[in-house]
Amino acid sequence: MAMHIYLPIAEMSLNFLIPVLLGAGVGVLTGMFGVGGGFLMTPSLIFIGVPPAVAVGTEAVKIVGSSVSGVLAHWRKGNVDVQMGVVLLIGGLAGSFVGVRVFTWLRGIGQIDVTIALLYVVVLGIVGSMMFAESLGSILRSRAALAGGGSVAAPSGGRGRGGWVRRLPFKMAFRRSKLVISPIVPLGVGFLVGILSALMGVGGGFIMVPAMIYLIGMPTKVVIGTSLFQIIFVTANTAFLQAWQNHTVDVLLALQLLVGGVIGAQVGTWLGGKLKAEQLRVGLAAVVLAVCFKMALGLVLEPDELYSFAAKGGH
Amino acid sequence: MRTLVVAALAALLLVPVPAGAVRSEVVADLSDHLIAITTGFTGSSLLLFGATDGAGDVVLVVTGPRSDVTLRRKDRRMGIWVNTEGLRFRDVPSFYAVLSSRPAGDILDPAEAAAHGIGFDAIRPAPADPAAPAAEVAAYREALFRLKQEQGLYFEETGIRFTGERLFRADLRFPSSVPVGEFRAMIYLVKDGRVVSSQPTPLVVSKVGMGAQVHWFANRHAAAYGALAVAVSVLAGWLAGIVFRKKV
Repeated sequence: MAMHIYLPIAEMSLNFLIPVLLGAGVGVLTGMFGVGGGFLMTPSLIFIGVPPAVAVGTEAVKIVGSSVSGVLAHWRKGNVDVQMGVVLLIGGLAGSFVGVRVFTWLRGIGQIDVTIALLYVVVLGIVGSMMFAESLGSILRSRAALAGGGSVAAPSGGRGRGGWVRRLPFKMAFRRSKLVISPIVPLGVGFLVGILSALMGVGGGFIMVPAMIYLIGMPTKVVIGTSLFQIIFVTANTAFLQAWQNHTVDVLLALQLLVGGVIGAQVGTWLGGKLKAEQLRVGLAAVVLAVCFKMALGLVLEPDELYSFAAKGGH
Repeated sequence: MRTLVVAALAALLLVPVPAGAVRSEVVADLSDHLIAITTGFTGSSLLLFGATDGAGDVVLVVTGPRSDVTLRRKDRRMGIWVNTEGLRFRDVPSFYAVLSSRPAGDILDPAEAAAHGIGFDAIRPAPADPAAPAAEVAAYREALFRLKQEQGLYFEETGIRFTGERLFRADLRFPSSVPVGEFRAMIYLVKDGRVVSSQPTPLVVSKVGMGAQVHWFANRHAAAYGALAVAVSVLAGWLAGIVFRKKV
């Protein structure tokens, strides 16, 4: 069948519809929620038989492309805080260097798969529960406000939080975000997300976006554009390092995912316009928690096959 | 394909047997000596065909390139399943197939099978660490065969069919994950439990076309490949952003 394409790095043959549809499905979520969807794509790739290391490296390449197409729209509307993006980026680049090193080391001792799975369970569990509680709370508040005849509740969470953040030294003014804050916070956030992006094969938007809103206190309007802006550079670096050090990037697979992804994102943007923000967030939280639960089961249940081949290659 | 095979078989039969030649010869060939992994590769099937000069059973053994292989085993640690131990085997064939006209165990003496490396029992990969406990090695070796069989890379089949008394043929199936390199295909004629004749046939599995170039480039010029992969992705994303500009 001519539908099958042999993936030279993953060393397997796959009907091209599978990655294209997978990309489209995740792309719908990207368009709806403004997240890259790496946290869904990487486990899905592993599920269809792509070696975990190749799934992580390839997804990093794909995120670069989908973030570029996503950031263009935000750029035109002026919703990118380049200054903040650059500070996040410096932390992110350092983090991805460290992350790829750790990845190589874990792969060598045969613990990369379990580390990826554990990180997914922990990070998705935390982010998913927080998002779920927060968005459910704001739905209930707005219901209560409506029932009481008052106006809809003001933005939840936010700037009031994190007194220690304000006490940090070396304050800088970020004009587009209308913030005066120590760059240590965005540097740290960027560093952490950089490590996670290398280890988990994700852009890190689903950690970055809440951290920008709740920890840094940026206005929601510029959050997604700025997050995408810095994700492009961090994942580009991660992808490059994965290809160079670990030989785990399959360009053919990445392109097929990207084709589906950009089409799906258009559908998702259209769908997203029809739903309320709180409903969207509850939906995203449910998806995140479902993925977390699935990965946790895989760790806890006794596997059918206890033995596996160690990964070849690397250096 | 079929007419080609018939013609080839006819040619084989027409070759006069030299006077005084040893009886019980086997003559065989594969329909192709190169398996090309192209972009559309989904696995491949080769036809083995040949003739015997007299009665007997036929066995085909195909062995892929050998390399060291490490297996890991999961154990439960603090409630989760983690890789804890491993064992390294020396010179493990990446691919190993035995096709025969009757089960190889039924037609061959175990000693003879071992001498010619015919059958799973005959290829017993040795651990890199000679001090490894025998029970451990046996468990890992069993897992090795099981995993390879699940991947379709190791198999034993009674897939050789005789048409008439002397002509035989078989389909030999390679999965899409077939390893690349130089293979060794040996055809044996077996009589009364012993190998009486054998013939080697060359077989090469190779990536060709775009897939081969991508693989070669990704391994040989890894940094350039990484940079190019990122550039291609940026370009594709940028194009998509332009194309869908109006709708966003």
